[in-house]
Amino acid sequence: MLTKRIIPCLDIKNGRTVKGVNFVDLRDAGDPVELAAIYAQTGADELVFLDISATEERRKTLANLVKNVARQVDIPFTVGGGISSVADVAILLHNGADKVSVNSSAVKHPDLICELSKNFGNQCITVAIDAKFINNEWVVHLVGGKVPTEYKLFDWAKEAQERGAGEILFTSMDNDGTKDGFANQALAKLSETLHIPIIASGGAGTMEHFKDAFVLGKADAALAASVFHFKEIAIPELKDYLYRHGIDMRR
Amino acid sequence: MKIVIIDYGAGNIQSVQFAIERLGYTAILSSDPNEIITADKVIFPGVGQAESALKKLQEQELDVLIPTLKQPVLGICLGMQLLCASTEEGNVKGLGVFDLAVKRFDQHLKVPQIGWNQIQDLKSSLFTGVATDSFVYLVHSYFVPQSEHTICSSNYGGLYSTGIQRDNFYGVQFHPEKSSSVGAKILANFLAL
Repeated sequence: MLTKRIIPCLDIKNGRTVKGVNFVDLRDAGDPVELAAIYAQTGADELVFLDISATEERRKTLANLVKNVARQVDIPFTVGGGISSVADVAILLHNGADKVSVNSSAVKHPDLICELSKNFGNQCITVAIDAKFINNEWVVHLVGGKVPTEYKLFDWAKEAQERGAGEILFTSMDNDGTKDGFANQALAKLSETLHIPIIASGGAGTMEHFKDAFVLGKADAALAASVFHFKEIAIPELKDYLYRHGIDMRR
Repeated sequence: MKIVIIDYGAGNIQSVQFAIERLGYTAILSSDPNEIITADKVIFPGVGQAESALKKLQEQELDVLIPTLKQPVLGICLGMQLLCASTEEGNVKGLGVFDLAVKRFDQHLKVPQIGWNQIQDLKSSLFTGVATDSFVYLVHSYFVPQSEHTICSSNYGGLYSTGIQRDNFYGVQFHPEKSSSVGAKILANFLAL
């Protein structure tokens, strides 16, 4: 059986792991390579590194960090933040990243998804989407959730899939940082209308929230940061809990 | 022991090199035929799209060299698929080491399959010390059907080959370099052949 994935997300700024509450008020939570190795040892299925400052600061790659992670960590990982060209992706993959995620740059230049998919295959292209529920619609936002766009979540996700995305990482801006659970209705709609895997992000606070993301939200993977970084939820216990509730887990 | 990872510009081959280093060996990345021919073990990796990977192999005439190798060769992911006779991905011919046709996963499945799945019916010394139903990491949209060459299988909308072998040629669909301790064991077994 293909199992559901638990993915700690390491938000990176200046080479350190940080996690914001609604993407502001950053708190330092450690060395990314060390943290990544601990997560791999304790049963994380995959890791995501997001350079959250990248889009604003136009920082390019995390090539060195990627190489250090790849050297020490034996589970797959995705790298995102500030990726806007085939050359950016080539460097990250060459240094050992398994997948890359694109967000703002893909919204601004949707052809980027096609180019990346053609060059590297869609299996390593994750399209990350930040959206906020406004006037009864999920509105896609840019630059870490600060700038609204004309795109709606479901249309954009479908377009991304058609252009060659291999996976969608959906972050609900309304849920992110609240610890009140994932945006399960929107997740379920994404999962039912698309034929690529969906990663749930934003809102994890309890183990039950993860269960809901898989059962109600029909997500293929669930991503969280602070609940893992601040040891509020331990991954082995989480996986045991989910397994006991009938969800296929690698344990 | 001389270990060569064929470097033809496809995918994140450094991960394979790092995984071998974690086992205490060194591996050379090379596309030089002399380096490849004189290696004790050859790893043929591949991530990406079949047609463009094949083109890169052809440019360096590696498509001709690889099927003639006599030492143990391990194709990983796309590398395994390219060892087959043909693939539905771009409808191109492979290197033909295995007389098998690579197919696309059924439309009703989520494709690509991304994540950890189990391997069963383990039939090779590649899996010495590996328990049946162990988890490995997979990311792919095309698959190798079961055949007499199958040395392990996984289930995704039905059973298919996640491992194949013919003589000195081995192929695994999963990424041993990213499959935690199980993957490390399988890589170590390959290096011990």
